[in-house]
This record gives sequence, structure tokens and C-alpha cells, in this order.
Amino acid sequence: MNARFGFPRPLLSLTLLLVWLMLNGLSAGHGVLGLIMAWGLPLFTRDLWPDSPTVKKPWRLLLYFARMMVDIIQASLTVARLVLNPSRQPKPSFVSYPLTLEHPLAITLLAGTISLTPGTVSADISDDRKLLLIHALDELDDKSLIEAIHNRYEKPLLEIFQ
Amino acid sequence: MPLIAELSISILLVIGGVFALTGAIGLARLPDFYTRLHGPTKATTVGVGSIALASVVYFATSNARYDLIELLIMVFLFLTAPISANFLAKAAMHLKVKTTDDTRGHPWDQ
Repeated sequence: MNARFGFPRPLLSLTLLLVWLMLNGLSAGHGVLGLIMAWGLPLFTRDLWPDSPTVKKPWRLLLYFARMMVDIIQASLTVARLVLNPSRQPKPSFVSYPLTLEHPLAITLLAGTISLTPGTVSADISDDRKLLLIHALDELDDKSLIEAIHNRYEKPLLEIFQ
Repeated sequence: MPLIAELSISILLVIGGVFALTGAIGLARLPDFYTRLHGPTKATTVGVGSIALASVVYFATSNARYDLIELLIMVFLFLTAPISANFLAKAAMHLKVKTTDDTRGHPWDQ
């Protein structure tokens, strides 16, 4: 199969197929239709995509998402406790996070993770893609926040993408 | 419907309701725009997530419909919640929305 008619983005194709089957239920007919979509859509939209990142260890992505789910639940509990405690006022802060990731998709993943987890929302990225502005809901120590994000999320993403 | 299914559905619904309510309280109680951004991206994600899970369990046990269509709601929510939060934050910075006095650091100039 040459590059013109193959699967230029295997991960995208797999995602499309899975989403199609989840939407329509498992059946042979929808399997075939889903396969056609999974093959055709990436080919048709190929020119619209930025250069594809090399995902070195796809199974690590699954681990990463599993950890993210656990963290989301924990984060929600922390935020809920903060919100429901009337004597507690949050100590918000803006933190500039120095990025070591380079690929736009990897940065997007990191920013999304930050927005979904422990009391932080990623607000902006500098034009040279080296700094990420994070708003923390309740954080007294910027350095430890930066370190925590680096160790917990950016390092695994670095291993996966670079 | 077996008791265990009923129990887990009820628990999931209560958890979902509590988290959605917490998100709403946060929206009302937190001091400025940026801190209010944290409500919808977190508490609500878990809230909607557990309600969707309850729906999966309900339809699997009552109608024997074993698909995971509700999980897609969660997937799309996880994909879109950070983006909407990001756009709200950018818009707020562009309009120079005021932060509370005890906020450390500054938003960037747009």
C-alpha cells in the first residue's frame, strides 16, 4: 500500500472507527462503513493537518489517560472541598510554565490535561510556544506547582512524543 | 432490575448531582472571573461523567442495550471543556477583566 492510498494517520483512523462503532452499535454493516470512513476521512483531510507527530509509545498514551482520569476525580474533590468550605478563601495565582515539549499536539494535550486537573486552567501560550500561562485556583507555591506538572504530565508526554 | 444495578445507578446519580451542584455553588461563590473558570472544567466534568455512567448501567440492565454511546459524551466533554475554558480565559485577558486583590502574578497583555 503506497502513501497515497494508505492510512496516513493510523491513530486518527482507529479513533474514527471506534467512535463510529460506539455511535451506531456493533454490527458488521457499521464495521464496514466505519472502516470506509476511517480510511477515507484522513486521506481527504490530509492537507489540512499539520505534520503528524511521531507517537513512539502508543500504549503509554493509554496509561497517561488512565492516570489523568484518576487525577480528574481527585481534582474535583479538592475543588469541591474548597468551594463548599465557607471559611476558606481561595488563593489564586498566575503562573508562567516553561515548556520543554515542542510539538503542537503534545502541547495541546498538556494544556488540556492542565485545564482538567488539580485547580489549574491553562489560559494562554506565548507566541514562541515556550511559555504556558496557567491560572491556579488555590496555590501558594509556584515552583512546586511547576515541578509537579513537569514530573507528572510533561515527562510522560516527552517520552511518548520525543 | 437487580438490586446491585439499582444501587449503583442511584449512587452514581447522587454523586453526579452533588458535583453539578458544587460547580454551580462555585460559580456563585468564587471571587473573580478567573477563579470561576475552574468550576465548569472540573466539578462539572465529574458530575456529567457519573450521570452518563449511570445511564450506561441503566440501559444495560433494563433494556439489555450494551453500547457505550454515553461514554462518547464524556470523551467529547473532555475534549471541549479545556478549549472553552481556554477561550474564556483569553477573552478575559483581552478585556483586562479585574482579578481579586490577593491574586499573585499577572495575566499577559493581549
